Amino acid sequence: MIEFKGLEKTFEGKHGTVHALKDINLKVDKGEIYGVVGFSGAGKSTLIRCVNYLEQPTDGNVIVDGSDLTRISTKEIRNIKKKIGMVFQHFNLLNSKTVYANVAMPLILENAPKAKIRERVTELLDFVGLADKEKMYPDQLSGGQKQRIGIARALATRPSILLCDEATSALDPQTTDSILKLLQKINEEYNITILLITHEMSVVREICNRVAVMEDGNVIEEGTVFEIFSTPQTETGRNFVNTVMHTEIPKYVTDMIAADDNVYRINFVDHTAARPFLSQISKKFDVEVNVLFGNITELQGVPFGNLIVTFQGAGQEISGALSYLGDNKIVYSEVNAYAG
Amino acid sequence: MLVNQDQILTAVIETVQMVTVSFIFSILLGLPLGIALFVTRAGQILENRAVFSVLNIVINVFRSIPFIILLVAIIPFTRLVVGTSIGTAAAIVPMIVYAGPYIARLVESSLLEVDDGVLEAADAMGATPFQTILRFLLPEALSSLVVNFTIATIGLIGASAMAGTVGGGGVGDLAITYGYQRFDTVTMAITVIILIVMVQGLQSLGNFLSRTVGRR
Repeated sequence: MIEFKGLEKTFEGKHGTVHALKDINLKVDKGEIYGVVGFSGAGKSTLIRCVNYLEQPTDGNVIVDGSDLTRISTKEIRNIKKKIGMVFQHFNLLNSKTVYANVAMPLILENAPKAKIRERVTELLDFVGLADKEKMYPDQLSGGQKQRIGIARALATRPSILLCDEATSALDPQTTDSILKLLQKINEEYNITILLITHEMSVVREICNRVAVMEDGNVIEEGTVFEIFSTPQTETGRNFVNTVMHTEIPKYVTDMIAADDNVYRINFVDHTAARPFLSQISKKFDVEVNVLFGNITELQGVPFGNLIVTFQGAGQEISGALSYLGDNKIVYSEVNAYAG
Repeated sequence: MLVNQDQILTAVIETVQMVTVSFIFSILLGLPLGIALFVTRAGQILENRAVFSVLNIVINVFRSIPFIILLVAIIPFTRLVVGTSIGTAAAIVPMIVYAGPYIARLVESSLLEVDDGVLEAADAMGATPFQTILRFLLPEALSSLVVNFTIATIGLIGASAMAGTVGGGGVGDLAITYGYQRFDTVTMAITVIILIVMVQGLQSLGNFLSRTVGRR
């Protein structure tokens, strides 16, 4: 649906050239919710703006729904933009226009007939739950309501892609939650592909199927949300996962561990989470299992997390227990008491 | 007092005529110029360094000339346009030449106040440059434009007084020819009061309109 091929973007600034995007190669499939996470300045904002050509790439290709944006005319790009909705961090609504006129705007630009506009806007305001606010002005609404209007406006032309630029970053946690649920509903009911950028890993955890981690203009890691959360490959990836998962072992736990203890981190992913394998180990082997620390959460409707445990017993019993874990496809790793 | 009521009434009508006509034409000149200045700026929808630089310099040149100089300097042009260089019609031409570039600057500054995000939204919706100006830029700037147009109108009232020197007539002319040159203090006081009332009324009207269109 969206594909970046060798995408490069540089800005000529007062302080020299800024290399905002470096050889980006990504593919977003139809119907998925794809997240791009990174700290500010990582280039994610520039990346999302290349999809609807708010930014022109310096080099490389942006392919949207089969059209290579770098090879077509301004007029054709304008038509493609109408098939891409965009939701902004600061909503970007017209303060001089009513809620109704704001949502109607993309249709007015297409010279749609008045009756059609009325029908579509009513339907959209109903969908976002603000049917009673059509005569109000944006400055009379709360942040969450403004973003709902922004979303309704983005959907007006029945786009096949929705771009969300830090859509929840200006909102409080509860409102964020309701907006994320709305985005999920849009994805499910209209089968709209969503590309979102955020610096909040919780947003990725809540609604994304796949995620890319960006740093310094590069995509440093990419995969399903499960892959990134369970086995982050980079320091930045781990840091992001830690903001919501606390995989780091607290100091009081590491303090409890003696150098010769057998401490393991057992990952709970999907199928393993529901099984009583710790008590099975105790029964099958002469091993005492002690849980030091744990963190289990829900990731896309599936339990996910990890436990820090110590195994106490004879060496061969422990290695027996470990191979039992391995046989059952349970991912574990040894924890060094000093490094945590 | 050396003037009668009729003279004062005529003067008021002449001032209103001069200001109204020159205001309308100044807007017709200044609004497109101001929009052109804004959209050709670096990073804007019709970025064009050459057009921007030329407009910028031309507007600065006209804005540098004091009105009283402009009034006499462009007499040949005035004669070309209205066929005469004296009278109310002759005063209106320099008033437009004076206020047009001024309004262009004011329009530019109003448009600069519009949130960049709104223009980005327009771009994301695939709006053409014309649609961006008409549907996004002007509605969002309207409240500020009304405030600035009020300022320009009050500037024109001041200019209309000086236009008396080319026989333009009006309240300002009365103040100079009777109040100042013939030491008629009463006429001076009356004309000043009339001007104060005009300016106050206009400012209130402008504020009201700005609030209404901007809902502030």
